[in-house]
Amino acid sequence: MLPGTPDDLNLIEMALTNERIQQRLTEKFGDLVFGFEESYGLLSFEAAKENNLKVLQFLNDDEELGFRFLTDLCAVNYPDQAGRELAVVYHLHNLAENVRLRFKVFTNIQTPDVFTASKLFNSANWMERETYDFFGVNFVGHPNLKRILNVDEMDYFPMRKEFPLEDQTRVDKDDEMFGRG
Amino acid sequence: MTEHHQHIKLPEGSIEKQTTTLNVGPTHPATHGVFQNIMELDGERIVSTESTVGYIHRAFEKIAERRPLYQITPLTDRLNYCSSPINNMGWHLTCEKLLNVKTPKRVDYLRVIIMELARIADHLICNSIVGVDTGAYTGFLYVMQYRELIYEIYEEVCGSRLTTNIGRIGGFERNFSNTAFTKLEKFLKEYPSVLKEFENLFTRNRIFMDRTMGTGAISAERAMNYGFTGPNLRAAGVDYDVRVHAPYSSYEDFDFSIPVGKTGDNYDRFLVRNEEMWQSLGIIQQAYQKIQEFKGEEAEVYHANVPEYYLPKKEDVYTKMEALIWHFKIIMGEVDMPKGEVYHSVEGANGELGFYLISDGGRAPFRLHFRRPCFIYYQAYPELVTGGMLSDAIVTMSSLNLIAGEMDA
Repeated sequence: MLPGTPDDLNLIEMALTNERIQQRLTEKFGDLVFGFEESYGLLSFEAAKENNLKVLQFLNDDEELGFRFLTDLCAVNYPDQAGRELAVVYHLHNLAENVRLRFKVFTNIQTPDVFTASKLFNSANWMERETYDFFGVNFVGHPNLKRILNVDEMDYFPMRKEFPLEDQTRVDKDDEMFGRG
Repeated sequence: MTEHHQHIKLPEGSIEKQTTTLNVGPTHPATHGVFQNIMELDGERIVSTESTVGYIHRAFEKIAERRPLYQITPLTDRLNYCSSPINNMGWHLTCEKLLNVKTPKRVDYLRVIIMELARIADHLICNSIVGVDTGAYTGFLYVMQYRELIYEIYEEVCGSRLTTNIGRIGGFERNFSNTAFTKLEKFLKEYPSVLKEFENLFTRNRIFMDRTMGTGAISAERAMNYGFTGPNLRAAGVDYDVRVHAPYSSYEDFDFSIPVGKTGDNYDRFLVRNEEMWQSLGIIQQAYQKIQEFKGEEAEVYHANVPEYYLPKKEDVYTKMEALIWHFKIIMGEVDMPKGEVYHSVEGANGELGFYLISDGGRAPFRLHFRRPCFIYYQAYPELVTGGMLSDAIVTMSSLNLIAGEMDA
């Protein structure tokens, strides 16, 4: 039932481990890929935003890696990281080997331009529109980059941390004691 | 005639235009949900279509950034509300992964029962709605009473029916009552013959086959590129199922098979869902059997021992100091979670339902992103229906099982 269930030693030797993925990527890109870490079994790494397509293309084309399924694409806003305020996070899946990985590119918030992956994955089209809608990431080359869940007239990007959920000037409620102040 | 007398102002070029523009939705009975398709029709043939979503966007990801973990569960209810328990369990499992909570086997099996019941309820609605859209209303009304029975089981376990908020981090809020098990037995006894009858109505029905075969088809390669998961991907011939690829909640203890289709058309999607209901039924039977094998104290376990996150019993809160402290800490949001990033997914009724949770060590997630299968595969809709008939596009829409709640988050 499981594709790639190791039933002989050869397959076990060839299994696509996180170490092997990291090795393949470093062989190809050298210092251009960095920040490798493994959390909860999932390999995660970074690249400069200029190289996102090169890395995605390589992960897709390489016979051994074969990360051809884009599971998820979203953004994260880190307001305290100057010059790296926005992260675009790709979750990729090699369905045959059943291995996942997480790939991030960071961008500053003043010029949040990142190349679109929608040419490579049709599924990225709406996910990038959603990411644009909520974080304002400008996906360069996207065929139809407009808001998707919010109204077209909206003039801000609501998931950025600068827009708090509740009115912070409220005086009738002291949040200092309870979690996020 | 002067311009003064012209009451209706037509858009430029609308007289010369050779096609008809038709708005399907946002509140059309045939869309079974709030979303819109602006279709260009040549007669009844679709030339192009543009989908608009977002009418019921409720900013769940934003709201989640201010809520402690246990208060996010009700948000997940409202994603795919046809199978809320799967969403709830997916969320609990994500939290448990972050918090490193190991659940007892009995909890896993109880969860499997609830999740598979939810899958049956969801597939039942989807398949019977495909029937309704092809002109066969009977099946829909007939199976409704068994969805009702499933909802009664939910009700016994958690007190609500549609938006269930079922379970807690580490297990369930209470043990299953005897009534819950009696109802489950009734379901296991009666449902197979009902599903058989339902099958007889549709599977070899000439009209149904003619309406669904060859319509809304997608190849395996295109489906994967569009990020299809779940029954819709399996109907195209890819045997990807999260329950098998990344077993959670002890799915590895069960014997079941993954049905796959070939053509990825509406008929194959129907057949795959239908077979999945049989498989789910088998899983529930196995799980129920395993649960009955627990004896003594083990047979009473319904949650893991995680006092930091699992609300203590009310009577303990009033009588025991420690329980009172934990109750206060949990309710007041004084329990911080560990730092970390997790991605966890479950096999929702529509496909891979993923939760990407980033914690910075506070009480609420720093960021929470839902991978909503429906939102991702709906973008293939224009490709599926262009060139086909409008009436087939309606069937395709229901056979994809588009749930507005899941699409819009």
